[in-house]
Order: sequence, then structure tokens, then C-alpha cells
Amino acid sequence: MTNKVFVYIDHFENHVAPASFEALGVARQMAETLGGGVSAVVLGQDVDDVVKQAAAYGADVVIKGDDPALKDFRGEAYANVLSPIVANAEVLLFPTSGRTRELAGLVAVDLETGVIPDVIDYEFDGASVLATRPIYAGKLLTKVVCRERRPQILTLRSRAFPGPEADSGRSAEIVEAEVDAGDVATEVIGYRESQSGVSLTDAAIIVSGGRGVSNRPSLVPPAEISDEAEQEIWRAQQGFKLVRDLAEVLGAAVGASRAAVDAKYVPYDRQVGQTGKVVSPDLYIAAGISGAIQHLAGMRTSKTIVVINKDADAPIFKLSRFGVVGDLFDVLPPLTQALKERLGK
Amino acid sequence: MNIVVCVKQTADTAATVTVEDGKISWGDTPLILNPWDEYAVEEALRIKEKHGGKVTALSLGPERAKEALKQALAMGCDEGILVSDPAFAGADSLVVSKIIAAAIQKIEDVDMVCFGRASVDSDTGMTGSQVGRRLGWPALNLVAEITALDLQGKSISVERMLEEGRQQVRASLPAVVSVVKEINEPRYPSFMGIRKASKAEIPIWSKDDIGLGEVPPSAVEWPQVFAPPKVETVVEMIEGDTPEQKAVKLADRLLEEKVI
Repeated sequence: MTNKVFVYIDHFENHVAPASFEALGVARQMAETLGGGVSAVVLGQDVDDVVKQAAAYGADVVIKGDDPALKDFRGEAYANVLSPIVANAEVLLFPTSGRTRELAGLVAVDLETGVIPDVIDYEFDGASVLATRPIYAGKLLTKVVCRERRPQILTLRSRAFPGPEADSGRSAEIVEAEVDAGDVATEVIGYRESQSGVSLTDAAIIVSGGRGVSNRPSLVPPAEISDEAEQEIWRAQQGFKLVRDLAEVLGAAVGASRAAVDAKYVPYDRQVGQTGKVVSPDLYIAAGISGAIQHLAGMRTSKTIVVINKDADAPIFKLSRFGVVGDLFDVLPPLTQALKERLGK
Repeated sequence: MNIVVCVKQTADTAATVTVEDGKISWGDTPLILNPWDEYAVEEALRIKEKHGGKVTALSLGPERAKEALKQALAMGCDEGILVSDPAFAGADSLVVSKIIAAAIQKIEDVDMVCFGRASVDSDTGMTGSQVGRRLGWPALNLVAEITALDLQGKSISVERMLEEGRQQVRASLPAVVSVVKEINEPRYPSFMGIRKASKAEIPIWSKDDIGLGEVPPSAVEWPQVFAPPKVETVVEMIEGDTPEQKAVKLADRLLEEKVI
């Protein structure tokens, strides 16, 4: 019997994105309603380890496309292989990433069906999935359904669903897929690694800095920095060092507000908000961020929010579970120290 | 270099968006050119300035979307085209990609299509790649830099922002490119540009104009839009005489509540 629920396992150089396991967990739940088991699809080169993990986290069948043509992710080549594999599925799940957003869109065109990206919740409406997704960066939610066409393609937002426990004793039927990547006009030359540490969207804890990181007039920059703008950047670097120190103790990712990015304190890939990354960690610590609506839209679904700001009227306090009125320059160092001691680091 | 840049009119990111009687409302806040699309317009203009050619701004939407096209024209685009038809109402990304691909085919001899990475309203981020698929052109998404452009050899090299780092990719032209914020700093419209844009004639292309015949039904529908449930947070303000006291107390509370 062919399975009805398929999961695409997203990985980078055979490191599986944790959200792929969350997708397997959702797939198992869906299969209970729709019947059949769960098929996972793994594409790449030398992917045996990824195949094993897919089985351990809940796949009954793993369809493997292992080929040099799939060594690097290329949307067109991957879609050429994936579309025929999933053509008869009822539901196709992807974990959301830059890669899968593209791949899901391409497969949807091939199969003339709908995609519901960034799903955070779902229920069944008859045989169709009624999926909830944020729009306007989470200012609103919408329920979306793909009633007639199949497969129903969903990309699941990272950390929106619980990840299942691995069971290394689980085994799956492994099926080798026919790989015809086609004549693809895209060639991967190489990679340049990001310098920025823990990925924001996967992080369980995020410590973010805002405009306030440069707001310490008493800090005197070295004499050779005479330009006022450069002095501000220098101050911001001192402030962000405190943010990073705290992040390091907590194993957290470092984020920033748009104001801090626009002022060139940190690169754009750190930006949390409607025009940056939308995040939903267990703990979000905002230091020196007042809480513009566009920032709040990007972090409001965090489980616990801690705010440190010297302005007691900063709007972000309204979202917080714990608030400290104080200058981040005064509060962060003793906080980092206290946590270091208590966490035994 | 014949470039088409696809733009969308959206609500301002500073707007408070609410639902009234099942309809989305952004109050009195004026609609804007989707912020991501400004980077696409800017990149298209930079390529034209370096390699020559023409930049056409294309938008799918109701009559009022002309305002977004005017903003693109004010920045320096040569022409604006509005693709608009009552039959397009409620189109999902599957159908939108079909409409835009048909419009691009009508423009003819296009070397490159630029998109912003997503729109800030529906935020699907898929239209660019879906248009590329329909045209049979490579789709390069999340582009942070165009590193080389070879018009004779018909090739483009870019760096894409993946979660793990920058992927360096080469593809053939024509191609579809969707850009991220890191790619450039969009210019402000010049006074002359604004004047030119205010006088510009923007043609409207209907479904028949782009040879689409019947518009296929959307694959997905969104029967419900609603405000996220209010999170009931009771703020606990951490008090203390000194910042050190507050910091230590906060650390203890985070551990007590098992947040860490």
C-alpha cells in the first residue's frame, strides 16, 4: 500500500535540520487520521546517515535519491526528482527553510497544486488539512485549506511542533528512487560560511540588542576614532559584546532590532522582525529594545520574554514575563556573571 | 539587458493590522511599495546603469496598485505595467505565478526578472521561483550579491543566503532572481523622478491582453482571518536597589520558573 503522508527531509551537507524531525512527528499524527504509514524522502549524496535518522524519527518508508547530481541543493534538480515521487501523496510536509520554500513552490507548479507555507498549527476538515499560518508577520493569523488538489503541500514553521524522540531501533523500508535530475542550468560553485553562530530560527534562546547598545555616553572611544558616527559604532560594539557574552553563557543566538541593523551595529542576518527573521524561541531576552511594532511582530510568539530597558515606558514591557528597568550596560554584566555561576560554567 | 522587476503594493510594516468583519484593515495608514521590492528595484536599476538596457516594473493588483508602480518609476524604472482583471481576485501563488509568467512572455526578450524575497503581507516567498518554473528559467532565491553578469555568455553568478551560509551559484540567463536586504541600499526617489512618475501613463493589461484566456481556480483558499489570541502575560517587574541586585534576582527567577 502506498503511504498518503510524505515528508521531505531537509539537510545541509547531510546535517539534518531539526525541523525535519518535527515534520516527521506531525506526519505520524496525520497518518493516524488519513491511514497508511509515513514516507520520508531524502535527496543528496552519501545520505545513508540521513536515511537512518529519518527512520529513527518516525518514517516507515524512506525513499532515497542518492546521486552526485544532488550533492548540492539546487531547486530545479531537486524538484525534477521529487515531483514524480510525491505525485500521488495526499499530504507532503516540508520543514520551513530557505531551501524548502523554493522546493515546495517548484513541486507545486509541477503538480499544479497549492502550498501552505509556514504552518504553525493544523486540524482536519474532512480529508483536508485546515492549516493555520501567520500573515503580516504574525500580526494576524489565517486558516488555509487546499480542498481539491493533491498533494496538499505544507511547510511547517521551525519549533512550532514538538520534535519526536529518536528510536534508533526503528527500521524502515528503504526504496531507491530513480534519479533523473534533468538538464539544469544552475551550478553550485561553493560556499562561504556565515560567521554569525547559532541560527536564529532554530535557537531555543535568543538575546537581542537594540538601539540602546550604543547609548552609554560615558564610554569614551579611543582617541583615534574622532568621527561621531564611528564613535557611535564603537559604543555599539561595546554594548553588543555584553549581549554576546550573555548569549554565550546561555548557548543562545544573538539577534537585533531593525534600528540596530539600520544603524549598522550588526549585520542584517541578525535582524528580528517583520522585515527580518520571525522567531519563536523558548526564551527571548530583549536588551535596549523599545519595541517598534515591526520588531514585536517578529518575536511576540516567544514562550518567555525578558525585557531590560532603562525606559520604564518602553512598549515592549507589555509583552514581557519579566522586566528590568535599568541600563543594559549596568544589568547585563552581573546577569551574565550570576547565570555563569548558577549554571556552573 | 532587458529587466522586469515585479513589485507588490502592501500595507506599511508600521501599520497596526486588524480584522474587521472578516476583512483585513490597516486603518488610515497609506499603502506602500512592499519594502523587500525596493531592493529588487534598486538592483535592477544598478544593473541597467552598468550594462545598459531597460527596467520595466510590473505589478499584479487592483487599480490602486498603480501607486506602487509610480514609486518604482520615481526611483528610476523606465516603464510600469499594471496587470489587473476582476478575474484575478483571490488568486493564490500558484495562479499568480501563471499570470505573471504570461505577462513576462508578453513583454518579450526579457533577460532577467527581479523579485523581493517575499511580500510583507502574505509572506509566502514563493512567487519568484514559481514564475521561474513556469517560464523554464533558473530561479535564484535569497540573493545577497550578484557577483558576475556576462551578457555575451548569457550567465549570472550570485551568492544566496542559506541558513548555513552563502551558497555561490552560477546559472544561465534568462533567470529569475529574488533578492534579500543585504544586496544594496535602495535609493530615494529624486525630485525629477517623482515628477516623471506622476505624469507617467501606466497601461493596464487584462487577462485577455496577456493571452491567459480562462483564469484557473486557486488551489488554496483562506476561509478565516483572525487576530492572534491575546497572550495573557503578567509582567513581573524585577525590583532592587542596584542593577546588580536586579540582575541576580532575575537570574534566580529564570531558574526558579525553569525558563533556563
